[in-house]
Amino acid sequence: MTLKSLSIGKANLDEFSATLMGLAENDKNILAVTSDSRGSGKLTLFGEKFPDQIIEVGIAEQNLVGVAAGLASAGKNVFAASPACFLTTRSLEQIKNDVAYSNQPVTLVGISAGVSYGALGSTHHSIHDVAVLRAINNIQIVVPADNFEAHYALLAAAKSSKPVYLKFGKKAMPDLPRTEEHFEIGKASVICQGDEVAFIACGETVAPAYEAARLLESKGISAEVISMHTINPLDKEMVISVAKKCRVIITVEEHCVNGGLGEACASLLMQEKLFVPFKIVGFPDEETVTGSQTEIFSYYGISAEGLLQTALNLLDR
Amino acid sequence: MKKLYTDLELQIKSVNYRKSILKYIKIAHAGHTGGSLSCTDILNVLYNDVLNVSSDYFSDQNRDRYIQSKGHSVEALYVVLADQGFFPESDLETLCRFKSKYVGHPTRKVNGIEFNTGALGHGLPLSAGIALASKKDNAGYRVFTLLGDGELAEGSNWEAAMMAAHYKLDNLVAILDHNTLQITGRNRDVLSPYPIDEKFKAFGWSVISVDGNSIPQLRETFRKVPVEKEKPTLIIANTIKGKGVSYMEDVKKWHHGVPTDEQYRQAMEELDQYCAELKLI
Repeated sequence: MTLKSLSIGKANLDEFSATLMGLAENDKNILAVTSDSRGSGKLTLFGEKFPDQIIEVGIAEQNLVGVAAGLASAGKNVFAASPACFLTTRSLEQIKNDVAYSNQPVTLVGISAGVSYGALGSTHHSIHDVAVLRAINNIQIVVPADNFEAHYALLAAAKSSKPVYLKFGKKAMPDLPRTEEHFEIGKASVICQGDEVAFIACGETVAPAYEAARLLESKGISAEVISMHTINPLDKEMVISVAKKCRVIITVEEHCVNGGLGEACASLLMQEKLFVPFKIVGFPDEETVTGSQTEIFSYYGISAEGLLQTALNLLDR
Repeated sequence: MKKLYTDLELQIKSVNYRKSILKYIKIAHAGHTGGSLSCTDILNVLYNDVLNVSSDYFSDQNRDRYIQSKGHSVEALYVVLADQGFFPESDLETLCRFKSKYVGHPTRKVNGIEFNTGALGHGLPLSAGIALASKKDNAGYRVFTLLGDGELAEGSNWEAAMMAAHYKLDNLVAILDHNTLQITGRNRDVLSPYPIDEKFKAFGWSVISVDGNSIPQLRETFRKVPVEKEKPTLIIANTIKGKGVSYMEDVKKWHHGVPTDEQYRQAMEELDQYCAELKLI
């Protein structure tokens, strides 16, 4: 199999807002709720086109989530959009009680997630969100890799009767190949198949994992890339089948290595007695460096070259 | 159509509610006694005289909503809901037992309860969201939420207060169970919320005060809301924590105290005696 080079699409956030506008056009019950975040959420045009379907609560994230849950309980299809860094910790108790525990089908949209706001510093990084939300019952965590997944993740969230957290970055993302043009929450996408190295990645780290797979291929090493877009519920079957097939597994995420995708996979494999050489690539437990997302990714080895080297090390080559 | 009760009938109901609250707290060996007794009359008037809510049509999208933000006073809510026919009162014998759905804070597992509350500072944002949905749909239903006075220290209340005024949610009514005590002591000593009326007025609310243990006054007050068009209403209901039982009244240790057998007997006697006096009037 020859892995193709990638063409650049648009930011997942742009795909989110375009898809939401498409939904809102035909359904008055679709509401966007923002905390002075319509600009960063790419929802300014949405607000202009559908002024009755956007609710501004000001810079008040706790109220944002409480109001969203109240609206959802009254039959509205609510998308509460706020920078992921604030949404998932400032309003964590509202997410836990008002949304998840009270089972309100709110879609929480984490804007400019991970280190999208890289240069703005740790206050604006959200590299904890998956860890904190994984520990809360009854919330689906979806981290789309590209525009295709962003589009279908939003459609799936709109139809879901359960709470969903969607995490979107703001960098223009390449259109990834996939073995099946199909998206389902909880079912991972196979980006390319291989049997020596497996990259299990999510969100904006899938693209560099794919690039690393291309570099490995050029060295005659076969690599599989999985977009594990749903972290909760984890596609356990996929993780297990990859572990049975491949010699080494590398997980990649725009998240702290504590409590994210990597630990979710590691925990599963240990309990399944599948002991595969395994490496979690993400941000270590330290004050994260600042700069552009690309610079931060590169510093922590989330790049084609960095992931290539990690794979070679794990293969003892 | 709801039955129209006289003030005396509702006053007698309050006595019976208080007896039931104490009965199930006694059986469970747990519960928030003082706060449940302070808000009993408020819940009584809401469910029997104000809310367009019934166990017959609880799934009706246009029903009024009641969100108990001070979730710890759940025993009062359970007893009133049982009286409204949402479930048999005898179910409350399992209150706080292993795997009982009658948990020590409101949960939607119990018929008649809208939201899982109990962490403070959540009811007002939720209620503002529901009130806004009602406005968007021109549905006309109203939202009532019961706040504790100690709870006002939670900042989320003030986020929601600002937003409710901004959106002119005159279908939103917050009732403050102003019993002046919280678990550590007097509100004014723990962290003063005062002046409560001026704060809410400054946030754009109509504010009205009432004796929150007076059935006639509560009925009259609820008939007045919204006090001003396009403004949410705060009803400051001045209550007595532990109301109805002499040794519990205005004593902080009864926040979640459970009476001994002797104390329980005395409480029942006092409530029965009060009920007998009411019937003589």
